[in-house]
Amino acid sequence: MPKLPLFLILIPFLPFLCTSFSPENPSSRRVLVLLDDLALKSSHSVYFKSLQSRGFELDFKLADDPKIGLQRYGQYLYDGLILFCPTTDRFGGSIDLAAILDFVDSGHDLIIAADNNASDLIREIATECGVDFDEDPAAMVIDHTSYAVSETEGDHTLIASDDFIKSNVLLGSEKIEAPVLFQGIGHSLSPANSLVLKVLSASPSAYSANPKSKLSNPPSLTGSAISLVSILQARNNARILISGSLVMFSNRFFRSGVQKAGTLTKHEKSSNEQFLTELSKWVFHERGHLKAVNVQHHKDGEADEPSMYRINDDLVYSVEIYEWSGRSWEPYVADDVQVQFYMMSPYVLKNLSTDKKGRYFTAFKVPDVYGVFQFKVEYQRLGYTSLSLSKQIPVRPYRHNEYERFIPAAYPYYGAAFSMMAGFFIFTAVHLYNK
Amino acid sequence: MVGKAEPVNGSVKSGSNQSIPAAMQSPLKKSDLIPNLSLKTLKLKTKQQELLIRVSILCLVYVLAFITRLFSVLRYESMIHEFDPYFNYRTTLFLTEKGFYEFWNWFDSESWYPLGRIIGGTLYPGLMVTAAIIYWLLRFLRFAIHIREVCVLTAPFFASNTTLVAYFFGKEVWDSGAGLVAAALIAICPGYISRSVAGSYDNEGVAIFALLLTFYLFVKAVNTGSLAWALASAFGYFYMVSAWGGYVFIINLIPLYVLVLLITGRYSMRLYVAYNSMYVLGMLLAMQIRFVGFQHVQSGEHMAAMGVFFLLQVFFFLDWVKHLLSDTKLFQAFLRITVTTAIAVGAIALGVGTASGYISPWTGRFYSLLDPTYAKDHIPIIASVSEHQPTAWSSFMFDFHILLFLFPAGLYFCFKRLSDATIFIVMYGLTSIYFAGVMVRLILVATPAVCLISAIAVSATIKNLTLVARAKNKVTQTGFVRGSSSLKGSSKASLDQSQPFQRNGAIALLLGAFYLLSKYATHCTWVTSEAYSSPSIVLAARGAHGNRVIFDDYREAYFWLRKNTPPDAKVMSWWDYGYQITAMGNRTVIVDNNTWNNTHIATVGRAMSSYENEAYEIMRSLDVDYVLVVFGGVTGYSSDDINKFLWMVRIGGGVFPVIKEPDYLVNGEYRVDKGAAPKMLNCLMYKLSYYRFGELTTEYGKPPGYDRARGVEIGNKDIKLEYLEEAFTTSNWIVRIYKVKPPNNRCPYAGNDVPYLPWVPTVLRYHFQAMFHG
Repeated sequence: MPKLPLFLILIPFLPFLCTSFSPENPSSRRVLVLLDDLALKSSHSVYFKSLQSRGFELDFKLADDPKIGLQRYGQYLYDGLILFCPTTDRFGGSIDLAAILDFVDSGHDLIIAADNNASDLIREIATECGVDFDEDPAAMVIDHTSYAVSETEGDHTLIASDDFIKSNVLLGSEKIEAPVLFQGIGHSLSPANSLVLKVLSASPSAYSANPKSKLSNPPSLTGSAISLVSILQARNNARILISGSLVMFSNRFFRSGVQKAGTLTKHEKSSNEQFLTELSKWVFHERGHLKAVNVQHHKDGEADEPSMYRINDDLVYSVEIYEWSGRSWEPYVADDVQVQFYMMSPYVLKNLSTDKKGRYFTAFKVPDVYGVFQFKVEYQRLGYTSLSLSKQIPVRPYRHNEYERFIPAAYPYYGAAFSMMAGFFIFTAVHLYNK
Repeated sequence: MVGKAEPVNGSVKSGSNQSIPAAMQSPLKKSDLIPNLSLKTLKLKTKQQELLIRVSILCLVYVLAFITRLFSVLRYESMIHEFDPYFNYRTTLFLTEKGFYEFWNWFDSESWYPLGRIIGGTLYPGLMVTAAIIYWLLRFLRFAIHIREVCVLTAPFFASNTTLVAYFFGKEVWDSGAGLVAAALIAICPGYISRSVAGSYDNEGVAIFALLLTFYLFVKAVNTGSLAWALASAFGYFYMVSAWGGYVFIINLIPLYVLVLLITGRYSMRLYVAYNSMYVLGMLLAMQIRFVGFQHVQSGEHMAAMGVFFLLQVFFFLDWVKHLLSDTKLFQAFLRITVTTAIAVGAIALGVGTASGYISPWTGRFYSLLDPTYAKDHIPIIASVSEHQPTAWSSFMFDFHILLFLFPAGLYFCFKRLSDATIFIVMYGLTSIYFAGVMVRLILVATPAVCLISAIAVSATIKNLTLVARAKNKVTQTGFVRGSSSLKGSSKASLDQSQPFQRNGAIALLLGAFYLLSKYATHCTWVTSEAYSSPSIVLAARGAHGNRVIFDDYREAYFWLRKNTPPDAKVMSWWDYGYQITAMGNRTVIVDNNTWNNTHIATVGRAMSSYENEAYEIMRSLDVDYVLVVFGGVTGYSSDDINKFLWMVRIGGGVFPVIKEPDYLVNGEYRVDKGAAPKMLNCLMYKLSYYRFGELTTEYGKPPGYDRARGVEIGNKDIKLEYLEEAFTTSNWIVRIYKVKPPNNRCPYAGNDVPYLPWVPTVLRYHFQAMFHG
């Protein structure tokens, strides 16, 4: 009984207790921001403001602050991490490379902004995420054809890029009109890593080199192989944003106008704010987050899920898929969700039809093969969380009494057997009593 | 035990007929009423006396056969042994819990993942049904007994029953003396004990009983020409078919026997009745076993029986025609035409059947029986089993001891007194000895024949010797001897009169025979206790001070699996351990001892012999969660996976030519030390066996990483696992279990076998990887 008052006291605090990341509410809430210099807090304030206005609690810390830590008592304190500290060689407190990778591997989100002169630590983190920055610490992305026109004829390291990935899920439905300003180091994607994607890539004429020195060797990174901003969605749906430029997040770049070399249109304002804000919505799971629940299958005409099917059974499979809109779960509507009935290879592959209320369903006949099958839904679409459902179900052959008892084709044999018996009986009778 | 049989032979002879009634009468006269009654019951007539002794000896042999098989229960505990018995136990458990129809229709999704196995249609249910019936019977009689106890004791119980059958068989073939000796010999013969100790709950346990019973009943049917015995023999055959695949031996030996009788001109109506009814009924009954099905009419192995069946009809028909036709010339012509037609029709039927695929050709197993070298070249999966190896001569000595010398002597006696029955036993003996030479496990089939034939030798020899030894007393009673015993005995007895030393010689020889037989008994007991009573799931070794060390690692590992892994986890291991993992660990396995799908086994063999990253792909495609390997490097246990590894390579390479045996050998030599082949040192099996082994000092005075099973220092001590992690290693490192990691969260193929090279530029790094894997 003394527990009841305690419970009543706790009730007002429940909303606070429940704001942390959970499957029910997948958007990140508490974000740790690690900075090289606290001045960044004001120089990049527009970006941070947009995050705070969307309900994120930002915790600003210096990267070498000895008190920082990602977890306490085995619980993560944050749902997201922003590394705006390209030059940090080692973090303070308990954070190191392994801690950050564990943070990601336990499903939390990460934004990394590097710069030229990025430290080895930042490079290593990026490498672990499938992205390799240019080895030369002084190298920057240079583009002599699509640089941003400015008052002074610079070294063409300020690039105006509009080579975006085409995805509404990643970049929002609003079209990005103006180019994005970029100044910093370029990176390439690990060819073996199929999860990492270029969001903003350099133009075919770009290359990566030290702008101060004369180019003696051919540059290692050239053309559109250079990625400026990349994302990675891990298998556990943790999302990572990697940018080669820290300054592109700054208020200065957000506000400045842009004119791409070779074009006449001069945009009042660069698209940096729109581009990076929309991307941060994706990274922090405000968009493109799906969940699949309530996987059901049963025999046609029955309601309960059996522990085993028989070959040639008719069955009904259904699953509910919802998308997180930032505030609530909305039905996800698509026509390309497929289910496989799989045993080493798919025996059945069917599109699921949807009732537009989140439920996807189909009906099919179990193939004439017994074994341990799986219902598999592998739904991987650009920008969306990958759904990978599998449910094991054995399929058995007929029981001995499930075959047809009398087959018309066998009547000659029945006839043969019985006539043989009758004939034998008559023969015996005649043979014995007709002497 | 054998010694006990000897006085019987003395009393079996009715030579002392006269003295006993005389002795019987004297106490009757002078005794009072009450002692009179007891004496009356005790002092029976000679025949009854003899029967009493015979029955009591049989009872003793019956009990002896049972208790000599209990060593393992006393020494370890009441448990199931080895590999196959675990499957039998699991299915029996299922049968007793769910009933016969569920058992019959059981689709097992826990083995051969993801293919599954229809248990009811792929096993011989005889053993399980037998054990279940015993269990239900005991339950009905209110004995609260666990099914495991029934399973453990089924084999000894049936061994006891076999002694009874051996007695009757011996009696049928020779005389009751030989029967008793046969019963005593077979009760303790190591060749039989090896497959029927308590806990060895395998098909062979009941099958040898069924085999001998079928043969006995058939010989009885041939001897009597009785339809009832032939029917009984058909039912014996049915039981054999339901119990063991070795029934093929019966269905080929009996036709062969009939054929020999036909050729030697011993055809009779008795034979006709016995074979026809036995074959037709036995075939119909055998078809009721799902696993056998229509094989009796469709498979090449069973065609001999059918051919002989038709031949017998032709023979009968000719006999009848001969009876009708008085003209010999006419009959000769008719004979020629009939025989030609019959052979032509038979050949055409066989040819058409084989060509159209209706009659399946001989299976590889059958070929490998006839030709000992066949399996080695064509079916590595059969050749890889240790019990399928050709027999070493020493194991004949080990399993038969003096029977090996008595067997030819027995053959001699059989030829001396040739009858339908002795021809049968001679043929059984000769064919089964050949098969025993081809495969070690078939010593088991030869054992009853060897025991019976040896029993004839022992019985006949001792009978003759005792005759000689006692002849002096009964010089006047030669007539009796002639009347009751064989002709030879009487001639010996008459010879004896002329040679007085022969009596002493006979006594000396008798003593010698007694010595040999007692040696046999000692040998058998010793072999049973030392060699055949270890459960092989619990290993025993002698410690440094001669004390017994027990390694219970297998069960430790299986119970770890049972308690610590998700219920639907899939475990990959070499197929030897499949049955045990499903029965004791209760987890799904990829392959098991029912080696029905060679490709699936080859896939596992390929995974074990590939590099880790290639193996990972295979394991992912099979949804493997855990990998289990058996490793004897710490304990010196030699039948571990590294020693079986070449078979994995061969079986894997048989289906996937990417795996080549020479890659694992250095100059044709299989080694694991520094000189081993690079592929060997980096394949999955090597890595899993020797992971962390390089840090371990196993023996004093040896470097760390010294493998005691192979006596070398291992070649790759610095083993890093990328895709697997160690989950559990048992206390003596015999079983090691690894967990297959899920794919890397961030980079799918980031970790390769190439060491991490941070100083090499990215582009170069991939170039390196391409070099390593290209």
